[in-house]
Amino acid sequence: MQIETKSLAEVPSPPPGGDRGKPMSQRTGDMRSQPLTIKNVAKAYGQLKVLDDVNLDVGSGEFLTLLGASGSGKTTLLMVIAGFARPDSGAVMVGGTDIVRTPAHKRNMGMVFQSYALFPHMNVAANVGYPLRLRGAGRVEIADRVARALDLVQLGHLGERRIDQLSGGQRQRIALARAIVFEPRILLMDEPLSALDKKLREHMQIEIRRLHEKLGMTTIYVTHDQREALTMSDRIAIMDRGRIVQIDEPRRLYERPASRFVADFIGESSFLPIIVEAGIARFGDLVLKTGGRLDTAPRQLLVLRPEKLEILGSEQAPGLNVLSGILTELIYQGESFLCQIALGEGHTVVVRGPTRRDTLAGLPELGGSMRLGLHPEDTVLVPDA
Amino acid sequence: MIFSGDINAASLARDGRREFYGMAALCLPSFILVFILLILPIGWLFWMSLFNADGAFSAENYVRLFDSTYTSTLVTTFQVGFLVTVISVVLGYPLAYMLSQLPPRLAGLCTIFVVLPFWTSTLVRTYAWMLLLQRKGIINSALISLGLIADPIRMVNNMTGTVIGMVHIMLPFLVLPLYGVMKSISPDYVRAAANLGAGPTRAFWTIFLPQSLPGLTAGMLLVFVLCLGFYVTPALLGGGRVIMWSMMIDSSIRLYANWGAASALGVALLVMTFCVLWLVNRLFGLKRLYGESR
Repeated sequence: MQIETKSLAEVPSPPPGGDRGKPMSQRTGDMRSQPLTIKNVAKAYGQLKVLDDVNLDVGSGEFLTLLGASGSGKTTLLMVIAGFARPDSGAVMVGGTDIVRTPAHKRNMGMVFQSYALFPHMNVAANVGYPLRLRGAGRVEIADRVARALDLVQLGHLGERRIDQLSGGQRQRIALARAIVFEPRILLMDEPLSALDKKLREHMQIEIRRLHEKLGMTTIYVTHDQREALTMSDRIAIMDRGRIVQIDEPRRLYERPASRFVADFIGESSFLPIIVEAGIARFGDLVLKTGGRLDTAPRQLLVLRPEKLEILGSEQAPGLNVLSGILTELIYQGESFLCQIALGEGHTVVVRGPTRRDTLAGLPELGGSMRLGLHPEDTVLVPDA
Repeated sequence: MIFSGDINAASLARDGRREFYGMAALCLPSFILVFILLILPIGWLFWMSLFNADGAFSAENYVRLFDSTYTSTLVTTFQVGFLVTVISVVLGYPLAYMLSQLPPRLAGLCTIFVVLPFWTSTLVRTYAWMLLLQRKGIINSALISLGLIADPIRMVNNMTGTVIGMVHIMLPFLVLPLYGVMKSISPDYVRAAANLGAGPTRAFWTIFLPQSLPGLTAGMLLVFVLCLGFYVTPALLGGGRVIMWSMMIDSSIRLYANWGAASALGVALLVMTFCVLWLVNRLFGLKRLYGESR
């Protein structure tokens, strides 16, 4: 049987020098994977700007997550990339070619839908083989590649199953296998894990991450789950009201949020008002030691992550910023506890600590006073919007 | 002495029995209704079919069904049913598809237009078709005045008229179940097909159509079964040239006052209908057709 892979071969190879941004170990995995650039993409429904001049660069082989609340435009952006939504203006460049006017079926991108969209009238093997059949591959080749894709998601034995005989987790993997079997240049995922329970979801996060490292496909992942985004991504783009408000590596995004919105959206935060004068940041009378350079804006906010605060005893803490207040509430949560501490003048902070014997023993009674230490490196200021 | 395993056992069992009888009593009225309106008349029909014109007990009525008059009527009935079903599919499938793809508000409006004929009497609609289709009717005169034809086309008092009239009446029965099923097909499926590389035509034939088949089968079944027993439209638009099974029942009673013969025809029609249902059930599974997801 003649093996025919015409449409697969048509995919242009990435142009030299198209590699953008930081080096990534997994970039070598697949030569077919390509960089993606979104240029000035805008889309409005009437007065509502769903996408407001979005610009985005995704490196070849990068795993980028679009994170945002519902209505932030993340799904619309994915639909624009996939070709299911037509933007009002802007360009979508894949490997240097603008594909914004290319119909969806000619874009050669794999997509995992939130609903999985596995065809109920076909069995598992037929579902996974569907994109290969469309590309005119021969029977032997289809069978071979379907088997390999199913092995990749560890469901090699389920080829003959009907879709309604699969569990949620299995469907998820089959949908993934179908999206990668034809070696698309870009893999798109729209909240693919939202239908799974917590344990399975966390397991699949790691598994998808591993698969990505193995295949090195440029991946755009949409989710509203911040932990999922932090776990899986090379970089995260946070979206709000049709705009990308910050784009960064997970650790930088969490530890150096650029705005109150981002600090609030990713992780828990308490905010304290800060006055900056003559290069000195103060909270009330307390002069703050700050790690990085200080912005000159006079009114700023101190971002306090509950787990970055250290509960101090009576000892001196020379290198730290020290806040003191009254313990007003203690909530036991199993692996950790939460303290609410009133700093006076209506300001409160929340502190998280591990439920180790010594830490718990060090806590005062409710109404007792507490001292909290904050490292200068963790002293993050954002503009007071 | 009471053992722990038996605490309240007797009274709980009594409560259970009471609940069962209570439920049964609540169901009783509907059972009685079904019995009086369905089981009893059909039993009576069957009973009457066993007596000949002289009131003697015989199988004569059933033997007669194998006469050529009757068998040719049977052939006509199935022919008309088949034709009407096929034409309804050709017209109804695209219509249902369009309805399912329209924005909800517009789809609701258009559905009303599809259902509208339901609220007009079949008789009135049939007469309307007679007016439209006759030798000097609107259609013929329009075609002649446009110079497209020289002589009027025969469109009524024959098979053509019968089929046109019946298709008009049957169309909603095909469109509505089909529309229901098509509405329930998530647009994600067609999107997924496009994403995997299928153009619009390919996605329709390989993904949308197969998933709409349960609705199509349900609609076709409904139309075909209704055609088997249809009377008014073929009687008026057929002009005596298209003799269907139901018309034989009519003439048995009105012309010959032979209730036994009419009953036998009725029983035969019922049996044929059940055969069609059984066949479709064997081939496709009726449960699936009526919206039960597997």
